[in-house]
Amino acid sequence: MPATLDSPAGTAAVALRGVGKVFGIGDTRVAALREVDLDLPYGELVLLVGPSGCGKTTLISVVAGLLDPSEGEIEVLGESLSRMRGGRKVRFRGERIGFVFQQYNLLPALTAAENAAVPLLIAGWNRRKAVARAADLLTEVGLADKLTAYPSQLSGGQQQRVAIARALVHEPKLLVCDEPTAALDAASGRTVMGLIRKVAVEPDRAVVVVTHDSRVYDFGDRIVSMADGRVEKVEVKPAG
Amino acid sequence: MSWVALKMLTGDKAKYFGIVFGVTFAALLMSQQLSIFCGLMRNTTSQIRDIQGADLWVMDRNVQFIDDVKPLSENDLYRVRGVPGVEWAVRLYKGIARARLADGNFQQMIVLGLDNATLVGAPGPHRILHGTIEDLRQPDAVFIDEFGWKYLYGDEPFAAGRKTLELNDKRAVIVGMCKCNPTFQTFPILYCTYSQAVQFIPQERKTLSFVLAKADDGVTEAEVCRRITDQTGFKALTDDQFFWTTIDYYMTRTGIPINFGITVMLGFVVGCAIAGQTFYLFTIENLKQFGALKAMGVGNLRLMGMILLQAYVVGVIGYGLGLGGAALFGWVFERVVTTAPPAFYFAWPILGITAGAVLLIVTLSALVSLRRVLFLEPAVVFR
Repeated sequence: MPATLDSPAGTAAVALRGVGKVFGIGDTRVAALREVDLDLPYGELVLLVGPSGCGKTTLISVVAGLLDPSEGEIEVLGESLSRMRGGRKVRFRGERIGFVFQQYNLLPALTAAENAAVPLLIAGWNRRKAVARAADLLTEVGLADKLTAYPSQLSGGQQQRVAIARALVHEPKLLVCDEPTAALDAASGRTVMGLIRKVAVEPDRAVVVVTHDSRVYDFGDRIVSMADGRVEKVEVKPAG
Repeated sequence: MSWVALKMLTGDKAKYFGIVFGVTFAALLMSQQLSIFCGLMRNTTSQIRDIQGADLWVMDRNVQFIDDVKPLSENDLYRVRGVPGVEWAVRLYKGIARARLADGNFQQMIVLGLDNATLVGAPGPHRILHGTIEDLRQPDAVFIDEFGWKYLYGDEPFAAGRKTLELNDKRAVIVGMCKCNPTFQTFPILYCTYSQAVQFIPQERKTLSFVLAKADDGVTEAEVCRRITDQTGFKALTDDQFFWTTIDYYMTRTGIPINFGITVMLGFVVGCAIAGQTFYLFTIENLKQFGALKAMGVGNLRLMGMILLQAYVVGVIGYGLGLGGAALFGWVFERVVTTAPPAFYFAWPILGITAGAVLLIVTLSALVSLRRVLFLEPAVVFR
């Protein structure tokens, strides 16, 4: 059964069935994903772990609708991504999915508050209201005194917190984080993961974090281990 | 997102100014060279614009432009007068004479000989700086143009009757000064009566350069031109037609347009190269950011709009600065170079031509960059 937008915690926000992804042709053909079956529930922080080249990034790219799978079915937030095309998929991403990138990808010409407001601007919000809403969220992630700072004036951890605020400002139902701690020192990495745990995990939102940083494994509710393009193991931490 | 696009553009100051500089340079070079070209072309027609009071120019059928004088006979004047629809027709001499100055030097001069009785073709009162046009009726009298006076006598104040010239062993006394449009050859211009003019040149069998005519009320100029041509075999043109015939000659029979065209094209190419390359680098440096925007739900159409907006904004700024620079050049040029007639004419079409070229430059620059952004996989942000 596909999950719906208002699914309670514990049901699947993302369901993958027999998903495969192949890059290249002929001799250069590489299978990045092989017959992946996976359910990612609402209300949980799922860690996607595994060695480099195991297919983690490809998997979240497919889940976020940034890549089309070569085979299989994907349902995200109750909608079939496999059948979604063009502008509809772009809108779907903009409205329903939040992104945190390894390299933050903040716009250097915008202040922290303006950067965090970008998803709302994409959605057509008035700039003043969007920046005000983003400022509230930045305050929530502990950057109240950095609202008008530019990315170049922020530390790596602070930039990642701006990126988290940006990913959540439009209240997405799926948050996809790609190695959010990879560019940070251990302490900042734990702060960032703690922040994601605190502000992002909601009963009606699924959070997927790709990481190979074993120091942050204890933040996850569920750990999906991958190897060679396959899901090898899914560990669910006991509730409480 | 337009606001985000503009912030991205102005955020990288070095590249922003680089792109604006490229467009400004192109706009400046193109509009400045086009203005000089238009000025030169316009100067070729200065006598057509200076000769006032007549509707039509009648000339030998083989005349191609104002300086291509093929003299008519006195009888030809009467033939023109006999054409129905011609209210009046008078003589005009136009030629170049060699004048001997008081210090013994020689100087080429443009001589305009006006009909003795009517002085048709004389400068209007608003262009007379010293004397009155009736002074031309004095013996040996000539009017000189303002630039001619400055060229010959520098800053010496004008004094009627004090300066004399010698043309074809005949004495000419400068009795007045008038404003004339700058000429192509930059020779001083002398106005005098027709009978005086023919004495200033070596003896020729035919001396009538042009016949100036006026159409009767109720008959169109075009109709009178047609009748003159039908009846006499001469070419008859209105001021406007003669103006464009002359321009057309210089455009098609001289290398001037090609030389200026090359410079204008150079401005366009250099502008394209600087603006295009800098804009491309700017986009490439922001490729990750564009990828992130794409991932976050900005479609290709909106990205295209953002990039085109960036391009058109620098286009408008560069266009304004370039035209401003060209206009400033013209203004300074006219004030600094006072001894020679200026060849700088900022015609309205130059605004349109430069705008079109700038539009093309920034659009091409944007298109080159757009290709990279449109084909960018949003998944690049995860790599």
